Amino acid sequence: MRFHGLRHAATLCIVAGFAASPAAAKLISVNATTPDANEKLQEALILAQPGDVVQLGAGVWKLTDGLSLDVANVTVRGAGAGEGGSILDFAGQQGAGEGLLVTADDVFLTEFAVLNTKGDGIKSKGADRIVYHKLRVEWTAGPKETNGAYGIYPVESTDVLIDSVYVRGASDAGIYVGQSKNIVVRDSIATENVAGIEIENSYDADVHDNVATKNTGGILVFDLPSLPMQGGHNVRVFENIVNDNSTPNFAPKGNIVASVPTGTGVLIMANRNVEIFDNVFDQNGTANVMIVGYRYEHKDPKYQPLPKQIVVRGNQHGKAGYAPKFPGGDMIAAAMGGAIPPILWDGAGDAVVLDKVGVLSLNLPDVKTPQSEAKPSPADLSKGTPPAALPVIKLPDTMEAKVR
Amino acid sequence: MTRIFAALGAALLCVSGGAAGSLPGVDQAVVERDAMPPKLSAFGLFRGNDPKTPATGIGYTLRAPLFSDYTDKHRFISIPTGTKAKVGSDGVIEFPVGTVLVKSFGWSDVNGGRPVETRLLIRRASGWTALPYIWDADGKDATLALGGRRVPVTFKSPDGETHSIRYAVPNKNQCKECHSLAGEIVPIGPKVRNFILDPASDKLRSVYFENPAALKPTMPQWDDPKSGSVATRARAYLDVNCAHCHNPAGSASNSGLFLRWTDDPTGVNFGVGKRPTAAGRGSGGMEFAIAPGDPAHSFLIYRLESTDPGIAMPEVGRSTVHKEGAALLRQWIAEMPKASH
Repeated sequence: MRFHGLRHAATLCIVAGFAASPAAAKLISVNATTPDANEKLQEALILAQPGDVVQLGAGVWKLTDGLSLDVANVTVRGAGAGEGGSILDFAGQQGAGEGLLVTADDVFLTEFAVLNTKGDGIKSKGADRIVYHKLRVEWTAGPKETNGAYGIYPVESTDVLIDSVYVRGASDAGIYVGQSKNIVVRDSIATENVAGIEIENSYDADVHDNVATKNTGGILVFDLPSLPMQGGHNVRVFENIVNDNSTPNFAPKGNIVASVPTGTGVLIMANRNVEIFDNVFDQNGTANVMIVGYRYEHKDPKYQPLPKQIVVRGNQHGKAGYAPKFPGGDMIAAAMGGAIPPILWDGAGDAVVLDKVGVLSLNLPDVKTPQSEAKPSPADLSKGTPPAALPVIKLPDTMEAKVR
Repeated sequence: MTRIFAALGAALLCVSGGAAGSLPGVDQAVVERDAMPPKLSAFGLFRGNDPKTPATGIGYTLRAPLFSDYTDKHRFISIPTGTKAKVGSDGVIEFPVGTVLVKSFGWSDVNGGRPVETRLLIRRASGWTALPYIWDADGKDATLALGGRRVPVTFKSPDGETHSIRYAVPNKNQCKECHSLAGEIVPIGPKVRNFILDPASDKLRSVYFENPAALKPTMPQWDDPKSGSVATRARAYLDVNCAHCHNPAGSASNSGLFLRWTDDPTGVNFGVGKRPTAAGRGSGGMEFAIAPGDPAHSFLIYRLESTDPGIAMPEVGRSTVHKEGAALLRQWIAEMPKASH
């Protein structure tokens, strides 16, 4: 396994050297202690020209309103995401749905922290080639239903890189990528969120070398109906550590992640061509890997609710299935000697499981059948032929150069 | 609605009574140049820089205005001499380069009715630009506030309740968040379905519009039961207060919740039986944006009635609850047949 990247994530709090800016670019420095710092920082983000760097001074910024950036090819760089770095503190936030909103292409966010936003942490919408790097988004009191929904939240974007970030306490997903294409999430830590990392209604994603620990569910690959972009597919989840996802679900009811059972490692719902390989799983009380259909009523004729062409291979499985938190799970576990197998399938769609561990099927191939009619039994999914391996996700060189 | 600028109609009639836009005042060079003047007076939009007396142009109101903390809004449009606006076949009013939409915000019981801020939406050759100006303490001029500002105010809403809020003047980007269509800035209010010329300005419709006969509003007056059913008035309210973001090319496109006047009001994408997408705490523990017949379990209402930034909709421009608007939407949802989802 390749864990060199995790070292970066673990040293997130160490201030990195200052990268040289392009010659033509302006450096716009803003200090945390400036009177009206909120207004001054927002002005800097408005007046920046393409190519400029907005430099956030070290210190704690007490912000009352969400910030936004709508200028392409701007870098927002702080003095670090840890103690002594550039800390954007939104505990007193009075307005805006997120701490920072980015709506322009080719933006690079690096080396700062966003804390305790009322809504989402950092959102980027329609922001192609965005790079999130060495950031911390955290709700510092830990898991609470009153925390914001998403920590890092790119949506409707092509080419997304999330590298070496730390996200804690999101009441929905720590790292959430929605309705986007060509995505890499790597070398990051997601802990004590409802969902650690979630790829939703998206195409072509690599999620690798991350640590997803102490969430309700570690890594989710979802597809939901009635949205502009759906039909999620081609997602690879590999070489991650997904362990001890034991935090009781604290999502506000009604949200789809409120249905994620505590103790879920990786959960795939209604996608096609998802590969789960070379991960290390341990201490996920419901299951290390769950593969399910979308079982809610919907009225979207174009929606495909089944998981299809799912491949699970080469993973290391530690202890799992000892506290299954889905309806009837405890009874099934008791009947099976105290634990269910580490891989759980609702019986809908198709999957190939090459890991040498047991699979429990609920035998509910029709997503319209209520879960109460489950007829759980061990299943052998090793006989199928896996589809051709998915290609590696390649991002534009300009993006990789920013984090090199 | 209370008018803070009672003298307006007369002033407009007076300044515009002659040939269209012939009076000096608006500096078209400043309007059309790609610049952000630090002072509002640079544009010459007001006579004597008094917000009660526009230098030129036509005043208008809307059948359903965007709620902004119970501010009285005074709106006028400055259209350059010799040019005309045109009502497009889609009902969107196309304004010529050099047009300025001017909107002043204030309360009749704050600052003696003087506006707190004036927002400009300027049609330049490169597209629309939004600029927010906050009136100086002496009331003589207003200063560009690109980064927005919180202004403490105390006012009474129509029901007599006193509100003390930190009113948010939006920053330039927040202007765009609402005024955005496919990434470009566009006006929200002046669509023909919603647009009413002030009586004084109405006489000038043929001066300023190529096809003046097309100026026929189709939406009901949101707060006048005689003008339409609860359902149509609710949809008019949603169109103006929500659909600028909640449309397939707007800031909330990813939500899949589309609330335009032209959208199917029975569909999932109008919120009926729609589960939360990225609502987070905004779901309030409820399953559906609109649960027909059950406003208490419709999180669309929950979000409209909240002022918590993690819950409230719209996300910008509101620090108080619009009780009258929420009441209309409650009634609309309550009257929906329960079985329809």
